[in-house]
Amino acid sequence: MSLWEYANPARFMVLSARIVPVSGGLAALCLVVGLVWGFFLTPDDYRQGSTVKIIYLHVPAAMLAINAWVMMLVASLIWLIRRHHVSALAARAAGPVGIVMTLIALVTGAFWGQPMWGTWWAWDPRLTSFLILFLFYLGYIALWAAIEDPDTAADLTSILCLVGSVFAVLSRYAVNFWNQGLHQGASLSLDKEKNVADVFYFPLLVCIAGFVLLFVTLVLVRTQTEIRARRLHALNLRARMG
Amino acid sequence: MPDLGKYAVSVLSAYGATFVLLACLVIWTIWRARRVARRLAEAELDMTNQRKRPRG
Repeated sequence: MSLWEYANPARFMVLSARIVPVSGGLAALCLVVGLVWGFFLTPDDYRQGSTVKIIYLHVPAAMLAINAWVMMLVASLIWLIRRHHVSALAARAAGPVGIVMTLIALVTGAFWGQPMWGTWWAWDPRLTSFLILFLFYLGYIALWAAIEDPDTAADLTSILCLVGSVFAVLSRYAVNFWNQGLHQGASLSLDKEKNVADVFYFPLLVCIAGFVLLFVTLVLVRTQTEIRARRLHALNLRARMG
Repeated sequence: MPDLGKYAVSVLSAYGATFVLLACLVIWTIWRARRVARRLAEAELDMTNQRKRPRG
């Protein structure tokens, strides 16, 4: 069976209805285990004290803020190239989830930055590119809401998504490009020297898994809703035309 | 409860804000999913009834 067969809304609804209970349950399990492990059972950092516990929220949310946009980019490209409606609706569904993840990353970053840097906010390359990514999410959601014709809305939001991808990449690599500012480098690295200590690393991995599964669950449910909303729109139009 | 020391307010605020934002997102998603599903079911029922109704 080809992957493209799942672009059929009926097949997507059947498959996603099977996945959602499993992914939702696993998300809840991973989040509870990861956050309880990280918050209650890990020690303070020798430099950052107890603020290190914010890592279990900040890093997964920041990762998802960027990767949600990447997922929207892939779905938008599929829409632009192959005109599969489910992909356009999946991109639309991911927007609000992505913006909440970006907001969590910004807010938890401010609560972490205040005691560590002495300021809630700095015009640092990574923070600034994240703020611009947040504004792109706002624009993307507003554009979907502003255009009545769904295909035109999908076309224009896909173009916006392509443009915004520059900032999604920048917010990931800004620290490496400019090598300045307050924000540290990536917390997770294949280089053991640069990676966070194992005592923080393993609960962090569980939290990341929980956030990813929560994202998958929410995007699937929201895509189902968008498919139903489009069918409802079509039925209303038909009823109005008699 | 672990001793969070002088950073307790920062840590607890970060957790509190995250839980509120995630809860709002989950509740909004479920509420909208149910509302749209119910409206679609009603619209499909209306359409079925219209088809059954004799013309003229």
